[in-house]
Amino acid sequence: MKQKDLKDTLGDKIFYAIIEVFLVLVTLVILYPLYFVIIASISDPDAVLSGKVILYPVQITFSGYAKIMERQDVWRGYLNTIIYTALTVILSLVVTIPAGWALSRKTLLGRKTFMIYFIIPMFFGGGLIPFYNVMSSLRLNNTMWAVILPSILSVWNLFMTKAFFQSSINSSLIEAAKIDGAGQFRIFFSIVIPLSKAIIATMALYYGVGQWNSYFNAMIFLRDESMYPLQLVLKEILIATESTVGGSGETILEQYRLANQIKYISVIVSSLPILMLYPFVQKYFAQGIMIGSLKN
Amino acid sequence: MEATNRAPKESLLSRQKAFLRMTPESEKLRHLKENLPFMIMLFPAVLVVFLFSYLPIYGILIAFQDFVPGDKILSDTTIWVGFENFSRFFNDPQFWPLMKNTFLLCIYGFIIGFPLPIIMALMLNALKSRKMSKTLHTIFIAPHFISLVVLVGMLQLFFGRYGLVNNIAVSLGGERISYFLEASAFRPLYILSSNWQDFGWSSVIYIAALANVDHEQHEAAILDGATRFQRIIHVDLPAIMPMVSVMLIMSIGGLMGVGYEKALLMQTDGNLAVSELISTYVYKRGLTGVPDQAYATAIGSFNSLINLVLLIIANTMARKFSENSLW
Repeated sequence: MKQKDLKDTLGDKIFYAIIEVFLVLVTLVILYPLYFVIIASISDPDAVLSGKVILYPVQITFSGYAKIMERQDVWRGYLNTIIYTALTVILSLVVTIPAGWALSRKTLLGRKTFMIYFIIPMFFGGGLIPFYNVMSSLRLNNTMWAVILPSILSVWNLFMTKAFFQSSINSSLIEAAKIDGAGQFRIFFSIVIPLSKAIIATMALYYGVGQWNSYFNAMIFLRDESMYPLQLVLKEILIATESTVGGSGETILEQYRLANQIKYISVIVSSLPILMLYPFVQKYFAQGIMIGSLKN
Repeated sequence: MEATNRAPKESLLSRQKAFLRMTPESEKLRHLKENLPFMIMLFPAVLVVFLFSYLPIYGILIAFQDFVPGDKILSDTTIWVGFENFSRFFNDPQFWPLMKNTFLLCIYGFIIGFPLPIIMALMLNALKSRKMSKTLHTIFIAPHFISLVVLVGMLQLFFGRYGLVNNIAVSLGGERISYFLEASAFRPLYILSSNWQDFGWSSVIYIAALANVDHEQHEAAILDGATRFQRIIHVDLPAIMPMVSVMLIMSIGGLMGVGYEKALLMQTDGNLAVSELISTYVYKRGLTGVPDQAYATAIGSFNSLINLVLLIIANTMARKFSENSLW
């Protein structure tokens, strides 16, 4: 008996070791590209280009950062993105949280009808062109609302919010408030909202990250470059057009030399706010997503 | 005894009667009064979904018309052409390449991207140290927050002609390859980068399900002499099976539904033969050059229809062979 225990432990030990080694490798695969972007951004561009920068920065220079400080388009894009993201988060919370609460109430009249109304678009949509035409006929073309309004409700998020309310708000609390004569709005604002920090933080993060990272609606709806969000500016900096990827070897090399450093830096400058925010909101949002996923 | 009892009984009965008479009215009133705030709370969400989801569904009608941008969807001058736009697509020389490109990208993506989050979740869950598994998972999720533009930009930096990968290859005696101009590199780059970015995120729901596994089951299995690996197969895996089958149905429903955002960013003249998908073609025909919106809408709605049919088939199968289905 004892021997068997010992043997199993040995087998398990090997098994644990394999898993640990594997997960460490995966961690390296995840982290190394991010690390490389950082060291490349502070290394001499020629050293990066010739492949000398692999594990640590070479000939550290911050000249690239000085260069990006001068780029008006980047900072204007930054400002636009902050405005679009802030408005999206505020409006999306106003739309999602109360609707999620109402849907979570069993006394809601026509609850099933509402649910079906929200579920259908999850599985069937009009597609890109009809969507574009709707935006045009609403005269939202070339306004910032074309970027903001379609992003203020995701049905997934709505259902996650509903699931949160169903599982996390004690119904006896609500009943007690009702008996005390509190109206539905009063209950919502003074009882439900204070108990919903986790889901509000989660939703703010989801909608905020979604807007921060999106480029497509801005690309098809905005014509004025002064309204471009950061991602659209980045797209022009980062994504080489066909002519720059093609062409003769020499011109490519020259273009690489000039543009490379700014590319590494713009990756950092644009992703840093979100990656820095993430660890702080992580505890909230893990909570939110788990509740949502278990219910679904 | 009886006499004393009767009086209160009667009054109780009459009171009950009075209450019953009142109930339908006051109950209804109370119900309505309670529901008015709910309707107000729901209104913005209903409106947003109506404007940006239902109005576009109505807009599919232009797929059956000879439509010029600026036309009203329904008017006296509307020219109906039936399924002409659809049959044009079926006879388009691009039809089969588009179907093939879309399907292959999705099926390869599915073969790698579906099991990976499950395996990673099982592994993370098997770690002895809770703290380590939490830390690792936090790291694995991080790339999810990188934007597509930045991700594709990074791909170009790493796999460009003078990028890191080529530099390492050359120093090992290999040749420089412009991966972004190679059609054969498109699918691997697309799929591997998607998985790099999202496997951690996709594993969250499995990890949540694994956290709910009854600890006693594990203890019982240990007493029976099960190794950790056997416990993964016989305890952990069955516990997440309902979640796995739901995700499977959803993935099958999305088998032809790859979006345009990332593919558009990765497209070059060199890889267009492989990277042109139904969705990117819809974008190009409908919104760029000389737009042919009716045609593009026909293609787009054909694609949505395929997805819907796939989803229904998958769900029907799931209902037949297991207890887990979406509806």
